[in-house]
Amino acid sequence: MLLACSDVEAGDEVTLRLWAMGREGEVVSELIPAFEKEHPGINVEVQQIPWTAAHEKLLTAYVGEATPDIAMLGNTWVPEFVALNALAPLDDMVARSKELRRDDFFDGIWKTNVVDGKTYGVPWYVDTRLVYYRSDILARAGYREMPKTWAEWKTAMKRIKAQMSPTQYPMLMPTNEWPQLVGFALETGSPILKDGGRYGAFQDPKFREAFEFYLSFFREGLAPPVSSSQISNLFQEFERGNIAMYISGPWYIGEFRNRLDKSVQDKWMTAPMPGKDGPGAGMAGGSSLSLFAGSEHKEEAWKLIEYLSRPAVQLEFYRLTGDLPPRRSAWADTSLTNNVHARAFRDQLERVVPLPQVPEWEEIATTIYEHGERAIRGVATVDETLAGLDRDVDAMLEKRRYLLAQKDRGT
Amino acid sequence: MSTQCSRNDDTSWRKRIVVRDGAKPWWYLMAASLEPTTVMHAASGQLNARPRVEIPSGVGKAAWLFLAPALVLIFVFFFLPVLASLVLSATDFDIYAIADPGSTRFVGLKNYGKLLQTPEFWQALRNTFYFALVGGPLTIALSLATALLLNHKLVRFKGFFRTIYFIPFVTTLVAVSIVWRYLYHTRYGLFNYGLGFIGIGPIDWLGDPNWAMPAIILMAVWKSFGYNMLIFIAGLQAIPSELYDAAEIDGAGPVRRFFNVTLPLLGPTLLFVGVITMIGYFQLFAEPYVMTQGGPLRATTSVVLLMYEEGFRWWRMGYAAAIAFVLFIVILLATLLQFRLQKDRT
Repeated sequence: MLLACSDVEAGDEVTLRLWAMGREGEVVSELIPAFEKEHPGINVEVQQIPWTAAHEKLLTAYVGEATPDIAMLGNTWVPEFVALNALAPLDDMVARSKELRRDDFFDGIWKTNVVDGKTYGVPWYVDTRLVYYRSDILARAGYREMPKTWAEWKTAMKRIKAQMSPTQYPMLMPTNEWPQLVGFALETGSPILKDGGRYGAFQDPKFREAFEFYLSFFREGLAPPVSSSQISNLFQEFERGNIAMYISGPWYIGEFRNRLDKSVQDKWMTAPMPGKDGPGAGMAGGSSLSLFAGSEHKEEAWKLIEYLSRPAVQLEFYRLTGDLPPRRSAWADTSLTNNVHARAFRDQLERVVPLPQVPEWEEIATTIYEHGERAIRGVATVDETLAGLDRDVDAMLEKRRYLLAQKDRGT
Repeated sequence: MSTQCSRNDDTSWRKRIVVRDGAKPWWYLMAASLEPTTVMHAASGQLNARPRVEIPSGVGKAAWLFLAPALVLIFVFFFLPVLASLVLSATDFDIYAIADPGSTRFVGLKNYGKLLQTPEFWQALRNTFYFALVGGPLTIALSLATALLLNHKLVRFKGFFRTIYFIPFVTTLVAVSIVWRYLYHTRYGLFNYGLGFIGIGPIDWLGDPNWAMPAIILMAVWKSFGYNMLIFIAGLQAIPSELYDAAEIDGAGPVRRFFNVTLPLLGPTLLFVGVITMIGYFQLFAEPYVMTQGGPLRATTSVVLLMYEEGFRWWRMGYAAAIAFVLFIVILLATLLQFRLQKDRT
């Protein structure tokens, strides 16, 4: 409708194309009319893409020179699209902007958008992983709140396990997910990759420490060695107390509220990740808004990014999706401070660390859990696993090393 | 029509089939005028005893003209892509090459060399053979057995059962896989529930590396036997009942009748079903993709799944193209082997 009307009216109107994934893609349309009212010359066309097809669609759009003006990108994708020269750097626009202040954003989150010193995205919402736990089960084991250090955490889990039946576990960490292990590695300060992302750093003592901690959950029977496809209904297991703790992102706040039975609604809580000594580091995940290099309306598109980054608009976005805002000023709002389950995230966001920024990251992450799984199932020792990880990841980064070497020679 | 039926005179019954099936007067005349061997070949669809016919000049050009549209399509949509991917398999075309084609390096046979040195590839090949060599014969045996049952005189409601057994084949694979994932669930699944009654402890169907492939085979057999069954039924119905009558009079029991009448006459059908099933099974992809994502411990990663991951997940197109060619060669060899075995038997 909007489009039809504006076509009639205008001569020099601009149509921006915005691509967004999943639920965010559905909801963002509701935020657009206010922007169009503010900027009568700009129309926004939102296209919603399912997450599963998003990566391929963006790549094919790039190859076919049909990229949108703005797209939502998972922040681990940013380096990949930068490597493709698909994105436009935003530093000048950020520097000039009156509304958008870099220091208002959580530092770790902002850094995920910086590749080789240039900024290629503005954080739209944040995602970090922390612990969801059954407060009643923890209380039964003698804890009023979640322990803050790794050692205490393990002790608490052992006490819980002692009160459980053999098929129940204090913790669930699906063996086909990497964020748990990688999260522990960020806490021990492991760089994961070394030499500017040219080689793996898995035999480094810091990664080893994290890996051994991760493995001990399975070796000591505190977490079952199952993959996520073997868990038919996580909510049921959590509700029945078959699992007391689970590490996940903010979207589970809404899921738990909707899907858990009333009887356990006041018996679950969130807590920041425990650390080696004191509160631990978290993974800086989330999605960013990026401007494509092929866009012919960069000035107008930047206005839309500024608008969507406004604290008030971000709060509205939070109300619509449950996605957590990346700006500290947005977190001052009562709708967030009153949410008991969101508080732990606010705390955790001050301690988030970006993942290695290489285009190969997704593949490296998959290899990490595949090797981890072999160790969990006792097929490989810790030494073999870490050496194997270095070998495989070094092979994946071969092309990157070649291109970087060429670049060095060129300059 | 002749009433005597000697088992040694192979052609007489075939002549009768043709005459009987095409029950039109002109067909009687034609069949009668032809040599029995020609009719036999016509009946079995192998016209290698073709009479020599002079082709007038100019017809050749016309034939090419008529063939041209089909040939152009085959060339553009088959040979060209195959050629392109052969070239691709000799490069390291990847995500960086999409941004800058100049970063592509020609690597010759390196992709193939690397492939043959990768344990993941050998595991995928082993998994694929496991699936095809266990699942294939199982599917054929089951579909032949059900076809024999449904073709039996005593069975009633044939149409109903045929439909029931065929339904799995027409349902969406992804939907079926999701339902089967529930059936296989260790704690709540129907299979373990049933096994519990006969005192067998819970099996971790999709989580145990030793059970995951059998679980996938079981589902694939269930899903695909209906199609083969229909083809077998058609094949069985083409076998004249007089042969069975004759065999029975000669004193052959049901087992003997199956091995001496049914099986030899089903030969071409069996070859067709065998080749099609095998090619399909070597291309195993969707079942593990949906049910296990290739896990646990890569126990269900097939060659095609590996190719998909390398090509469309990690965008290593050159490497993925090399996998595709290796798979092509494997399937080609397996098909040739099957033809050879069939030839030796008949």
